[in-house]
Amino acid sequence: MTEKYTTRKGDGRKIELTKSEIREDIEEGSADAANKGGINELKEDEKDKIVSLITDPSKVVSVEKGNEVPFTHDIGTLRLMGDQGNSGVGIPMSREQGVKTHERAFAVDTMELGHIDYSFKPAKPIIAQEQQTLEDILLSTIVPIWYGAMPNLGLYYAPDGQFKNPNELMPEGKIKEAKEAQEKAIEQAKEDMSYIAENLRKVGLDGLNIDTTAAAGDPDFKAVLEVTEELKSNPETEDLAIEIGMAAEHVLGMHGDLEYNGKQLAGIFPHEQVEIVEEAGGDLFGPVCNTKTGKSLPWNLARAVTFVKETSKVSDIPIHVNMGMGVCGVPMFETPPVDAVTRASSAMVEVGNVDGI
Amino acid sequence: MGMNIAHYAASGLGGIRTAGDLVARCQMRENMKIDEAKNYVAKKLDVDTQDLSNVNVMRDLREELDIGVITSLPGAAKGVEAKSKIADVLDIEIPSVNRLKNKIE
Repeated sequence: MTEKYTTRKGDGRKIELTKSEIREDIEEGSADAANKGGINELKEDEKDKIVSLITDPSKVVSVEKGNEVPFTHDIGTLRLMGDQGNSGVGIPMSREQGVKTHERAFAVDTMELGHIDYSFKPAKPIIAQEQQTLEDILLSTIVPIWYGAMPNLGLYYAPDGQFKNPNELMPEGKIKEAKEAQEKAIEQAKEDMSYIAENLRKVGLDGLNIDTTAAAGDPDFKAVLEVTEELKSNPETEDLAIEIGMAAEHVLGMHGDLEYNGKQLAGIFPHEQVEIVEEAGGDLFGPVCNTKTGKSLPWNLARAVTFVKETSKVSDIPIHVNMGMGVCGVPMFETPPVDAVTRASSAMVEVGNVDGI
Repeated sequence: MGMNIAHYAASGLGGIRTAGDLVARCQMRENMKIDEAKNYVAKKLDVDTQDLSNVNVMRDLREELDIGVITSLPGAAKGVEAKSKIADVLDIEIPSVNRLKNKIE
């Protein structure tokens, strides 16, 4: 009888596959990325490496000694104090305590401060609070500190925001009005992000982590690119490190006609996104590849590594791949299986050639 | 546990247990890719790049350089004190250290 190996589905369920089935899924996953992105499939030895990781009988696998990489984080301390919606575990503690816990107990290389909503817009009216908390953290910690937040253009549309909702206008055929609302939201989001960056930089912030970029499509991405360019052109903020982490592998064309430096933003994949991020002045890039819950870990991982390897290859800035729940091979499950996470982590470093996670 | 600790066990440098914060700073400040950042830090610390994730080497070296250690060591540089030493050792700018210098000048 052919030996079977325990692995996972994209939703975290345990499944059993033979080595040839694992290899077949890796071939298909890599081919899918190559086809969608117009990029090369993984080489045979790279597929062999993923097969060896998947079939390793150990629960936890790792990179070879010496191949380790540094980590940046999204969501910051919310994973400790936040609710389930933030993947938090609900421990009552201050953000200062959360940062120190990560530095001293979780061996983080960098850490992050963020507002409980984790969006730029609601942080603006309480900027003094954010500055004060950041000052305390910077005095008492050693690792580099990011301020993390989402551009979250959805907050600028009705009923929460001041602009008409393009998702309501478009079904009514009001395409021009929908695009105008998005263009207004871009300008307001840029103003908010710039205000927050400038004020946090004044008190010594190391870096700005713009997370889930393009979650609201190409207008979201355009706002981030343009504010990055502005911050890098401003003497007060030019040395502020900016990490741009994506929301998904593909930029949705919610507007459709938006460009940056003559390049259309809708429809581009990670290896194309990073080139535009570099043009804008971004310092680190966090690519995303969505996990398909109905496919296996080998399929999802091979697909994600194919995209990210190409992104690393064309990039001149460090790539810190997004490897949270439901992206880049990690199953879409709120308590991700350690066996799957360590396999995805190792493959992304040793085959995807990332500079960090 | 499922994310932080699992990633650290699989591929993490180790933060201030080792030299993870130092490598990350070089990436953030100078856009260095991983090999360049590790080589830069190793040269400044006068160690092999393999030692950057070796707690046995880095624990003592961090204490000797007084750039911050993970355990609570009385008298050792803490917080911005340690970062001011890191700025000197790595020859890089750290915004919070510059802010402190401006305050006491």
